This record gives sequence, C-alpha cells and structure tokens, in this order.
Amino acid sequence: MTAVDETTTAPAAEIGSPRKRKEDQRLITGRTRYTDNITLPGMLHLGMVRSPLAHATITGIHTDDAKASPGVVAVYTGADLAAAHGSLPNAWPVTPDQKAPEHHAVAVDRVAFAGEIVAVVVARSPREARDATELVEVDYDDLEPVLDLEAAAAGPPYAHPDLGTNESATWIFDSAEAGTGSDVEAAIDQARGDGVVIERTYRQQRLIPAFMEPRSTVVDPTSEQITMWSATQVPHILRLMLALTCNISESKLRVIAPDVGGGFGGKLQVTPEEVTTLLVANRLGKPVKYTETRSESLVAGHHGRDQVQRLTLSATKEGIVTGLKVDLLANMGAYLGLVTSGVPVLGAFMYNSIYKFPAYRFTCHNIFTNLTWTDAYRGAGRPEATFAIERLMDDLAAELQMDPIELRRKNWIRHEEFPFTTVAGLEYDSGNYEAATDKALELFGYDELRSEQQRRRESNDPVQLGIGTSTFTEMCGLAPSRVLGSLAYGAGGWENAQVRMLPSGKVEVVTGASAHGQGHETAWSQIVADRLGVAFEDVEVLHGDTQVSVKGLDTYGSRSLSVGGIAVVKAADKVIEKARHVAAHLMEASEDDLEFSGGRFSVKGTDKGMAIGEIALAVFAAHNLPDGMEPTLDSDATYDPVNFSFPHGTHLAAMEVDTETGAVKLRKYVCVDDVGIVVNPLIVEGQVHGGLVQGIAQALFEEAVYDDQGTLVTGSFVDYLVPSAADVPDFITDRTETPSTTNPLGVKGVGEAGTIASTPAIVNGVLDAIRHLGVQDLTMPCTPSRVWQALQSREQGEPASVQPTNPEQTSGNLNSSGVISPEQGPRTEGGAS
Amino acid sequence: MIPAAFDYHAPTSVEEALRLLAESGDDVKVLAGGQSLLPVLKLRLAAPEVVVDLGRIDALRGVREDGEALVIGAMTPHHEVASDPLVQQHALLLREATRTVADPQVRHRGTFGGALAHADPAGDLLAPCLALDAEFVIAGQGGTRTVAAADFFQDYFTTAIDDGEILTEVRVPKHTGWRAHYEKFSRVAQQWSIVAIAVTLRSEGGTISEARVALTNMGTVPIRATAAEQALAGVAATPEAVAQAVAGIAEGTEPPSDLNGDADYRRHLATVLARRAVLAAAG
Amino acid sequence: MTRITMTVDGVSYTDDVENRTLLVQYLREQLGKTGTVVGCDTTNCGACTVHLDGRSVKSCTVLAVQADGHEVRTVEGLATDGELAPIQQAFHDCHALQCGFCTPGMMMQSLDLLAENPDPTDEEIREGLEGNMCRCTGYQNIVKAVRQAAGTGAQS
Ligand SMILES: Cc1cc2nc3c(=O)[nH]c(=O)nc-3n(C[C@H](O)[C@H](O)[C@H](O)COP(=O)(O)OP(=O)(O)OC[C@H]3O[C@@H](n4cnc5c(N)ncnc54)[C@H](O)[C@@H]3O)c2cc1C
Ligand code: FES
Ligand code: FES
Repeated sequence: MTAVDETTTAPAAEIGSPRKRKEDQRLITGRTRYTDNITLPGMLHLGMVRSPLAHATITGIHTDDAKASPGVVAVYTGADLAAAHGSLPNAWPVTPDQKAPEHHAVAVDRVAFAGEIVAVVVARSPREARDATELVEVDYDDLEPVLDLEAAAAGPPYAHPDLGTNESATWIFDSAEAGTGSDVEAAIDQARGDGVVIERTYRQQRLIPAFMEPRSTVVDPTSEQITMWSATQVPHILRLMLALTCNISESKLRVIAPDVGGGFGGKLQVTPEEVTTLLVANRLGKPVKYTETRSESLVAGHHGRDQVQRLTLSATKEGIVTGLKVDLLANMGAYLGLVTSGVPVLGAFMYNSIYKFPAYRFTCHNIFTNLTWTDAYRGAGRPEATFAIERLMDDLAAELQMDPIELRRKNWIRHEEFPFTTVAGLEYDSGNYEAATDKALELFGYDELRSEQQRRRESNDPVQLGIGTSTFTEMCGLAPSRVLGSLAYGAGGWENAQVRMLPSGKVEVVTGASAHGQGHETAWSQIVADRLGVAFEDVEVLHGDTQVSVKGLDTYGSRSLSVGGIAVVKAADKVIEKARHVAAHLMEASEDDLEFSGGRFSVKGTDKGMAIGEIALAVFAAHNLPDGMEPTLDSDATYDPVNFSFPHGTHLAAMEVDTETGAVKLRKYVCVDDVGIVVNPLIVEGQVHGGLVQGIAQALFEEAVYDDQGTLVTGSFVDYLVPSAADVPDFITDRTETPSTTNPLGVKGVGEAGTIASTPAIVNGVLDAIRHLGVQDLTMPCTPSRVWQALQSREQGEPASVQPTNPEQTSGNLNSSGVISPEQGPRTEGGAS
Repeated sequence: MIPAAFDYHAPTSVEEALRLLAESGDDVKVLAGGQSLLPVLKLRLAAPEVVVDLGRIDALRGVREDGEALVIGAMTPHHEVASDPLVQQHALLLREATRTVADPQVRHRGTFGGALAHADPAGDLLAPCLALDAEFVIAGQGGTRTVAAADFFQDYFTTAIDDGEILTEVRVPKHTGWRAHYEKFSRVAQQWSIVAIAVTLRSEGGTISEARVALTNMGTVPIRATAAEQALAGVAATPEAVAQAVAGIAEGTEPPSDLNGDADYRRHLATVLARRAVLAAAG
Repeated sequence: MTRITMTVDGVSYTDDVENRTLLVQYLREQLGKTGTVVGCDTTNCGACTVHLDGRSVKSCTVLAVQADGHEVRTVEGLATDGELAPIQQAFHDCHALQCGFCTPGMMMQSLDLLAENPDPTDEEIREGLEGNMCRCTGYQNIVKAVRQAAGTGAQS
C-alpha cells in the first residue's frame, strides 16, 4: 500500500489518441503467421480437381493414374467423402419455405458452377499434389447452364433441376403491413397524377472480395483435439458449423485464425475447402494443408453483390419524397453459403436511408444460377441499398432541376428530430447530416467546382466535370439478437470479452471479435488502458483461437467496436468492481468512500490509495481477502447490443470525363464521416481510405464477368482489375462526432462506411458530367468504352444508357497476361498451390 | 502456381544455347526474363520438357552503337533500355514505350528481346520497333539472319523466329534527336495497352517534317500507319491539322473486341490517341 | 535437382532444388523465410517482391535456379540488430498497413523506388508502386510512409 502522491495526474486519455498499432511490429519484420506459413511434421498437401464446366452431370471419375503418381497418398471423390459430412451450412433461412440444394464439399454426381471441386488429391508435397491433379480424368454430361439472372428468375432451365425452380426465396417488407408507414402504391399513384415518379433499373455487378491473402487451411488431427488453422474471419462460427456439419463434437475441435490477410466478408464462410481438409486429415490421421492459388480463389471463393434493382421513387413537384418501392433480383449463384440468402435482406432496412419516406415496400427474389455462389462482401446488402437511393436522389434532382444537396436537405432527418423511427422500422439514435454536409461542402469547394463545371459546359470542353453526391447512413454493429431472431438468422449478435488481471499488474484482454487487419489489439488496449488506468503497453489482447477466446461471434458487419468493444468495457468494469471490494477491505475503508481514477483507488479525504496492479498482486497471493471472496479479479462479459449503430457521412466526388475517349478521372474526393466517438483516429482514417478505394473500384474498375458457357473470364488479376496506388488519388477525409446514445462508448462503427458511400458518389459524379449531353444512366463499372458508347448512343438518338459488355465479345482472359494460348479460358481443373 | 517439371540448362554462349536447343527435341522453351514464360508455366498453359535459360549469356545483354545503328542485345532488361543514354539519344521512342511496360519489378527482369519474341499484340515494344524500322538478328544452327520488322511480326504471338532459333539482338536505325511519344491507353496502370500509338518525328518551327507512326493492339500484329505518316509530313503541329492527317488511321484495321472495348471503340480510340500522340511528340 | 548457392539476407545457403522451384517457394519452403508471401499466380500483386542483386523483382516469377550465385534480400533482412529500418519505421508511423499481407512487398518495392529516386513526388511514388496491390489501406498512408522514409534516407 502506498500513499497517494498528490502530484500524480491521470494518464492522458487513450480513447481518441492516434496510437500507432501494436500489431505492426511482427507484420513489418516478416515475423508473421499466416496459415500458409505453418508447416508440421509429416504434413500432407491437397490439390483440388475442379470442374471446368458450369453445369454437368458427373458420369465417371478416373483416379488410377493420379493414385499411381509419385508422392500421392490418396485421391478422394465426392462419393468417398459424402457420408462423412452433411450439407454445407446456410445459417440464414430467410423464409420458412426457402429452397436450397444439397451442398457437398466435393461434388458427388453433378456440378453446379465452374470451379466446383470434383476430386481431391493428397500428396506428400504441394508439387506432387499439383502434378497428380492433372492426371484425374472426369467424364461429364453437359447440362444447360443457367447464367443470366433475369432469365433465371423466369426459368426453366433450372440451376438445380431437382428444385423445379430457380427461386430460393421471396422476402418482403411493406411499411403499410408492418405499420411503420403508409401504402407505397397509393403514394406512387398520387405522384403519377400530381408529382414526379422516377423509375430505374440499376445493376449491381458481381464483385470478388479479393482479399490479398489467398485462403489456406491447415488441420492437425494428431492430438485429443483436432486443431484447424484457417484464414478465416470467423473462427468461432467455423468451429460450431464444422462440428455440426462433420459430426465432430464441438469440444474436440479447436479453430485458430492466425494472422489473416484481409477478409472483407470473403472469409466469412464455411468453405468446401475447409471441410475437405478437415475430413481428409481426420481420415488419414496426419496434418494436412490446403492453400488455394489466386486463380482458384477468384473462381471458387464466394463472390459479392450481383443484383438487379428495379426501383420506383415518388415525390412531389417540390421534391419531397413520398414513396419508395424496391424490387430486387439477387443472384445467389449455385449454392447458399453461410449468409448468402440474408445479404439482400440486410439491405432492406437501408433503402430509405436518411430520408423521411412515408411509404416503402421492399421485395427481394433470391435466385439460383450456375455461377460461383455469392455471399457477404464489404457492406453486404447496404452498399446496394445506398447506391440505389443515392442514385435515385441525384436522378430526382436532375428531373426537378434542383441542386442535389438541396434536394437531400429537404428530405433528410434533421438533427433535432433524433431519435427517429424510419419507415423501415429502425430507430436511428443520433446523427447530424447538416453538420457533416456543411463541412464536406466547405472542404470540397463546392461552389467553385460548380462554376468550373458551368464554364466547361459552355466552352464545350472535351473534358467535362461532374460532381457526385452521396449522403449515406448504414446500420452496423450486427446485431441485437432479438432483431436477428425476427429475421430468422441462425444465431445471435452478442459478443464476449474477458479481462484478466495478471499478478504482475499486466492485463490480458480476450475478445471474441477476431481481427484480420482492423487493429483490435491496439484499440482494445486503448479502451482497457483508459478504463483500468493502466499503461497502454501493459495490455495484451488475445483473440482468434477458440481455445483462448472460448466464446465469440467474430468480425463482420462493422461490429467489432460497437459490440465487441462494449463487451470489453463491461468486463473491465466488473474487474473494477471486484477490485473495489478488495481495496476497501485492504485499506479498511467503506466501498462508498473509495474513488477510482487513473488506475488507483483512493479513500476520499485521506492520502490512502492503492493501484489496481497492487490489488491484483494481493488477490493473487490471496493472503488477506474479504470473507468469501474468490481469489480473482478476472471477469468476463457478454454484451448484446440494444440497437444497431448508425454512422453516416457526406461524400463528394469531382469527376472528369474525357468525352473523346470515355476515360474517367477522379479529381477530388472529400468525405466527412460521423462514426460517433473515435477510439483511434489513425485506425479510423485507415479504414475509411481502404473502404473508399473498394467502393471506387466497384464504380470504375471491378467486375466478375462470365462467358456464355459460364466460365469466369476475369479469372486472374490481369482482368479482374484491383486498382493500384497509381490508379487512385489522395482523399480529403474529415469527421463530425455525434455520439451514439445506445452504447456506453458512444461509438458507431467504421469498417464499411467508405465502401458504402463512395460507389454512388463516383457514379453520380460521372453522370453529372455528361447528363447534359443526354446520358441518363451508366452500368458499373463505368469503363471508358461504356462511357464512350453512352455518349455515342445519345448522338444516334438511342436511349442513352449502355448494357454490360456482351460476354460473348470477350476474348480469352489471359490475353496479354503473357500467356501463350490466349484462346484458353481460365484454368480451373487443378492447382495444389 | 507450380510449373510442371522440366530439365534446365543455362548456357553461357549463343553457340551452346543453339546446340542445346537442337539437342532438346521439340518440347523446349527459351527462357529470357521469364516475365511472360513463367506465368504461363505456373498456370500450366505450357509444360515444356526442357528450358534453356539465356540469362547467363553476357554477350546478349547491353546497348551499343554500330555505325548508323543502335544495337540492343536481346537480353537487355526493360529498365536498362529505359535508362540507357544511347537509347535516349538515338531511339527516344523506345525509351518512352519501355517506360510504360508493366511495373518496375517486371521491368527489372523482363527483356527487350523477350517482349519482342513473345509478340503479344498488346505488347508495347512491337509498334515502336516497327515505326523505327528495326531489324531483328536471329541466330540458328545454320548461322545468323536479319529480318526487317515488317516481316518479323507474323501473327498473334508469332514471329519470324523458327524452332531452334534465338533472337540475339535488335538493330535500330538511329533517329538521333527525333522527338517521340508513346500514347498508351489502359484502365489501370499495370494493365496492358487497350490501344497505344507510337510516334516519333522531327519538326522545325512548329511544322512536322517527318513522322513515323505505328499502332499497338489494333490487330494481330503491330500496324504501321504509312498514310498518316505521309499526311503528317509538312503539316503544322496544330490540333486541327494533325487531326485531319491522322483521321483515317484506323481504317481497315481489325482490332480485337474484349472486356475493354469492342473493335469500333478501339478504332475510335486510335484516331483520338494518334492526334494526341503526334501533338505530344511535336511538343 | 540442381544444386544452387545463394546469399539470402546476408547468409549463404547451398541447396538442391527442383528446376521448377520458384524463388519464393525456395525462400518460404526450404529456407523458412515465410516473411515473403504469395498473393497471386499471374505476377500482378507484388506481395512476393524481394531484391535480387539490389533490384526489386517478383520472386514468384524467378526460378530458384536463375538466382543461383546471386544475392537476395527479403523483408526479414531489413531490421538490423532489432532496430527497425527507416522504411519499416515509416510504415509503422504512418499506419501504412492493416492486414499486413502486402506489406513486405510494398516495403521492398518502396526501397527500390527510393534507391532510384531519393526524393520522389507523390505521383512518382504511386507510379513506382503500380505493381503492388493492397486491398486494405487505400494506399494513401503507404504513399505518406514512402514520403517519410525518403526524408530519412531510407534508400541506403
Ligand atoms: C504483370 C505484367 C504486366 C505486363 N505488362 C506489360 C505491358 O504493359 N506491356 C508489355 O509490352 N509487356 C508487358 N508485360 C510483359 C513483359 O514485357 C515481359 O517481360 C515480356 O513480354 C517478355 O519478356 P521476358 O524477357 O520476360 O521473356 P520470357 O518470358 O522469358 O519469354 C517470353 C517468350 O519469348 C521467348 N523468347 C524470349 N527471349 C527469346 C529470344 N531471345 N529468342 C527466342 N525466343 C525468345 C520465350 O521462349 C517465350 O516464349 C507484362 C508482364 C507482366 C508479368
Ligand atoms: S505473388 Fe503476386 S506477384 Fe508474386
Ligand atoms: S495491408 Fe492488407 S493488403 Fe495491404
């Protein structure tokens, strides 16, 4: 026990400080532990034989040559493995009658997309596994592939003939039925008479998450517990799902997500590859590794987006919105992955966005095709919704010849109107769209750019300027468990944390939110350092291993901080309460007379005090504790959020369009985001930058394209264009801070903000540059050739919009990748590493 | 990601390389910088039994002068070509084009000769060589022959190099003091040319006296725009005059249609880019 | 199998390798230099960038046998005696990494570009990194880090 030193001041607040990240040290020195870095004695390697066809019956598989190939230990087909596992999991049956095909890890008698695994080679080295995959011969009978989303909705033919339909489910939300608003048809009818009706069909192209670390799994069955290391975002969910799918006791399975090289939703999955690696390792009793190649990753890792959005917006002539009707076709691809079916549903609550729509109806048709299955990709459902509404608002502004910002001002929820219950039934707790927008306009130099735009129009400049606006909100912090329950999601939305006081005064924080680049180790340390009054350096954050972090629901939906971070706060608070009890006992004071600040308990009005570290040591020794007290300060907490959080922001993009070539250039980008209280501005800014580039890439560069056989044409980074540093500019980012009122930190969530907001800002900007030339719509990505063609059609008096490039026109995807036979499509029938 | 197994030889002279090629039967590949060949092997789009690596033949590397010609060794890496003072002086167009190839890492390994032997129609060095009337020196068991650029590029990924032969060097007639510009159009920086225009010219007092123009990725082989060259001679370097001179540059071409644009779009692009390239070169 | 000798991060190694072994596979699998990673199979992503005789190369597109007799430097050879190299410090200071997967290649390429051009503009930095993909950071902080490293003479 030490006397209080009067000069001691509380350490500077950690929350809000731009702490450099703890996790950097190992990453910048190459001392990393990505799954593929792991090698175990006697480890065997898998090579996958994949279907080159999108839809076919398997009539025979010949494995003798492969089995005889040097180093090969075994070759398995779907028939060999089928009995050992059930259908791969879909955790979100959005309707009670949702239809789903049986999904084997290795196809048994039919393949439903090009890239599906048909056989697995097990060999002593990756090279031998790869060599032997070439020797497996598969006989197929072609079936007609279902490739076009709109045609599939009408069906037949069917992607899964047994289902007798391509429709997996239809999900509807209607504000009149739900009692959250009025009837949308009435609103539209009314507007047809005396207002404005904007009807549009937008295409959300298919995207590929393209995390930089290809997926990899190592399974070691040589112990009482089977250990799996996997490049996953969801070790806890994976463990549970694998246990259920493969009929292994959950307690016999340990899943570790070591260093994970990005996910963006793409590693939120229970993959056929993970199941296969587990089954093979279990069967052979040897450690087994499978690491995909990038080609395999692009063709067989789940894709994202891929929706047709049919939209009707009604408004008065003064620009007050009166109704919104959304009719979606969502491409599931060939199977339902973990949350495939729920992704479009997640968007349902966001189409009305920050605007006060009195009437709303959302219908979504989930449709099967013979393409790679889709699932979560950064934003999952919400970028689609934001894109639609922000494009519609710009289109409405154009129709009414109104400034797009003015139009938004007329319709958005004013800051004094919070909390606000929306037409989709969500209660937005806080926000200040006016403040964020004003700040963005100022940083952007809006008026000047508008005058420049005018000058360029008047002088008929070949380079036209456009300004794109996007004022977005999103729901993040998935999610209150009761809400998930009402949506029929298969799990809850809580998160768990544990705070352990070590005798040395150091603190271990265990979080169920598993990180893959977001900086939890740093942010959680900051939160705990503040809460417990210990040094930032003295906090160690553990995660990503189901044996260390025994309980958790992992990382997705920008939930880590607003759910996982709160669990940490709650656990730390419990530690303080226990410590208070001990402190009172040791200092012979009443608990009520104790003050806790800066890591010390002090007795009011005296100079007596004890640091929490001292108490931890005393509890460890346990020589002198209050009667009946367990000798531990360690505490855990499971936090179930009471509401989502609703970050928002205003994004403005200045786009230059070269009307001679169709080339589009992003000249200036300003965003002002409101993510509530910020724990670490450095990390927040980094999340925004990265999100922006992904959203911009959807607008301008990326698209997964298939040919008329269902072969992925953009099967490598030669054709799937992920932008480099040379393709994007610096961004001007700023923030407003309106605390969330539904959690004790006031935080909201930032992981998806940039991605959600930027896509419509860019496309709106491109259109704004050329709308006066008669172009009404552009299909994403806005490639130079599409922009140019849109300008041409206008000149020829055709409707000025362009359809996606006809896949039949595409040449081999490897043209100019340095590949000799460019006629050859992407290679999908093998590849061990 | 794992090539099929092959035998590997790393000769130190052209003679030894030719002998190895002759002895190795049909299924042999020459390896230069490997920046095109190795990706092909990794994807198993090719699986040669033997690979003969030219990387240890010092004689094939470097840039030198030989009278009126600049001689570039086949194994000279792109980054050396791009930074070589002789190239800058006598064949500025090559420098301009080489700088746009791929990315710095690839330019450190990829070679001048490899890119030309590979003859990808979207490759950036083909049109400049054609515009500069380069000559290709090809060594075989029977000796050495020299092929004009116009005859060297024969088809999609096909050149005058026969089986068992090696491209040893490229002789580029000096265009000392000529201005140059390579106008490359692509969607992202690392991408190959959707269309590109190679221009080198001499001008006096704002008037173009002589110009060489060639087109990248407007057909299965690079295309020399002779009509445009003639039309440009004696023309003032103004947007209007140049636009008129190059207006027909895409006529009769049959460029590819792919994800990046159809043939019509490419023909249109060629016309716009040609004007820009000439104006940029004329300064 | 071919016997090769190579200096990697200052240590000389002699090994038998299959001819088809890529340099990156040799580094990772035979030398345990897993700091260098693989992100693609078409030479696009740059994650595997190392220095070969002082110049940046994509180690997925060099055969180990081609590097016989040469000198290789990887991310693991940057820090000396536990002291971060300026480029590493700059990446840390500027929050130029998130998941860190692209980081080894990014730093190796940044060093190369600084060696070529010790005082680059932002645009030159961006162009110099055109062969390296990052899916997390949006590049802005990477550019900032390279700028900071330029100020500290990181190219040496
Ligand atoms: C990511 C990436 C982007 C690229 N972008 C571009 C680009 O924008 N523009 C561009 O022009 N190129 C681009 N390239 C290709 C690059 O320029 C290659 O370096 C070049 O095409 C091949 O050169 P190389 O020395 O690597 O040849 P290698 O790959 O070794 O060989 C290529 C082919 O030529 C043959 N060959 C090589 N040398 C000889 C010789 N001396 N005699 C006979 N045959 C020979 C080989 O057998 C092989 O078939 C890119 C490559 C990559 C990986
Ligand atoms: S691993 Fe992608 S370039 Fe080498
Ligand atoms: S930090 Fe994740 S890819 Fe760059």
